[in-house]
Amino acid sequence: MSTASVTLPRWINYGLIPLLNLIVAFLISGFVVWLIGESPLAALSLLIEGAFGSGEGIGFTLYYATSFIFTGLSVAVAIHAGLFNIGSEGQAYIGGLGCALVALALDHYVPWYVTMPVAVIGAGLFGAAWAFIPAFLQAKRGSHIVITTIMFNYIAAALMVYLLVHVLIVPGKMAPETRTFLEGGQLPKLGWVMTMFGSKLGAAPFNVSFIIALVAAWFVWVLVWRTKLGFEMRTLGVSPTAASYAGIPYARIVIIAMLLSGALAGMMALNPVMGSSARLQVEFVGGAGFVGIAVSLMGRNHPLGIIFAAILFGVLYQGGDWISFEMPNITREMILVIQGLVILFAGALEYMFRPAMVRIYQQFKRA
Amino acid sequence: MEYYEIFISVLSSTIRLSIPLIFTALAGLFSERAGIFDIGLEGKMLGSAFAAACVAYLTGSAWAGLGAGVACSVALSLVHGFASITNRGNQIISGVAINFFIAGITIVLGQAWFGQGGRTPQLLPEARFAPIILPGADAIRGVPIVGPLYAGVISGNNILTYLAFLAVPFSWWVLYRTRFGLRLRAVGENPGAVDTAGISVAWLRYRAVMCAGILCGFAGTYLSIAQSAAFIKDMSAGKGYIALAALVFAKWRPVPVMFACLLFGFLDALSNFMQGKSVPLIGEVPVQVFQALPYILTCVLLAGFIGVAIPPKAGGVPYVKER
Repeated sequence: MSTASVTLPRWINYGLIPLLNLIVAFLISGFVVWLIGESPLAALSLLIEGAFGSGEGIGFTLYYATSFIFTGLSVAVAIHAGLFNIGSEGQAYIGGLGCALVALALDHYVPWYVTMPVAVIGAGLFGAAWAFIPAFLQAKRGSHIVITTIMFNYIAAALMVYLLVHVLIVPGKMAPETRTFLEGGQLPKLGWVMTMFGSKLGAAPFNVSFIIALVAAWFVWVLVWRTKLGFEMRTLGVSPTAASYAGIPYARIVIIAMLLSGALAGMMALNPVMGSSARLQVEFVGGAGFVGIAVSLMGRNHPLGIIFAAILFGVLYQGGDWISFEMPNITREMILVIQGLVILFAGALEYMFRPAMVRIYQQFKRA
Repeated sequence: MEYYEIFISVLSSTIRLSIPLIFTALAGLFSERAGIFDIGLEGKMLGSAFAAACVAYLTGSAWAGLGAGVACSVALSLVHGFASITNRGNQIISGVAINFFIAGITIVLGQAWFGQGGRTPQLLPEARFAPIILPGADAIRGVPIVGPLYAGVISGNNILTYLAFLAVPFSWWVLYRTRFGLRLRAVGENPGAVDTAGISVAWLRYRAVMCAGILCGFAGTYLSIAQSAAFIKDMSAGKGYIALAALVFAKWRPVPVMFACLLFGFLDALSNFMQGKSVPLIGEVPVQVFQALPYILTCVLLAGFIGVAIPPKAGGVPYVKER
């Protein structure tokens, strides 16, 4: 009998198997650390110390996690509609333009809480606009969304470098970046949250966009599981043919799903641009769009799972920095290695352990 | 005559910049024609560049470097195959994973082994593929028109360059004139039919991804020990994705692949050349325009405005026998 048709209880499917995938990814990463001649256990304890050892560490962990929640949600919304959006990186980049333009226009006149909603809309609109063309090409002309979104990542990078070097740059300055936003264009830090737990935030840029990210996660949950649109998206994701027989308009759902995905990716820019550096810089996204793929896979495309997975990756990023500081032999790029392994085992090899799990489970049930 | 000299210099850098694209796009051709999408071309190229540079440095032999580059790339192909053929995982995700893993591990290991911030040490001339001066190149250099073309463009390339241009007709021959090629193309269109004929779909696809691995190995080796004299971190710099774009642009056919790669290489060479120069009537063209052009062209093609690019039918779909 084929093992693929056996249904496993939810805690195995959504808990044990992802955990197992994660453990294998970490074991191999530990092997790499050992290969370099450092102790994997020492590296692990540094990782945890760096991410949780101080208020500042926790602040950085949550700051990274904020970006990853947005991009993870972006990837997940598209996946629910059966679309693999590799373009979150580019959409976030263009989203940064949207929120920077809002901040530059309003920061002289109004306080941050007036700027913020407009910036959320600006970032979301710009991100969505960048996702619209690949979505349209997929829906109407049948071009593969994976290829077009990859192309659009590179077009976005070229466009943004051009804008920052030639248009938005402060005259007389060398660095390709906009002017620093005034207080009206900055998102305040969440120092009081840390004070509540009796520690200090320090220099960490943990800011209000974390709350926006949590709201966005709740919104995605409602959308996907509690609305008609979400149902239509999921139907399309499971079977486009069944969806079309059921009268669900393919082109419209594809475009709406991608617009939402792009908007969520775009909103990620709020965190680094308005929450941390208070200006638009080159390459501020820093791969967060791609991390979103890993986060979404790890979180099984569920908002709650995505929040946990985003915090896990926040730990990796902050703890990884700490490791590279304490163990100069291990560079920051170790994060990319772990990330690659997580994507490989949680995503591409997700079924590897399933047959064994099914066998063990069935034996267990019989006994 | 000055214009002609510019022409020759742009042409020769076009060729230099196209070679890794040609190898990589041909690699993608084998894989995708067999129904396995390969986003991991970038990672395989980067990984083999690193392996080639390390081994060439340690052994002092360029050929040993090439062997290591190819071996590394084939190993990564087998991982991709294991995930997407044996385990029927998502091919795109597997490719993305390989790209991440390699982008990290090359720097981590490079720093740990050589301590130069992810670089490998500078290679000695004998550990590299040196330019080959074709017979008579110096003798006819002075001949107008033909001389500079022969001496500056056709002669003076390294052996991998000539191999790249040989790989194009060879790939065409393998795909269209051998039994293996016929079956490979069939498995990308209708794996069920191939299976019914009693041929193993999995083994055929494994061979296809191995072909891709070998070709990507050449591309990476070219980057680190033929074009440059060391591995530099992230030296593939998106070439794998450009190759992917070229593959789409060429509609998954070998000879157009070569022309698409030459076109994209030319745009790259032109953007280097045009930096800080102005074009009559238009003024200075930003470098970013040239950089974005291959991607824009590919999207325009995909939108169906210049012909239609139809990918292999079974591409991206794992084969399930029971269906």
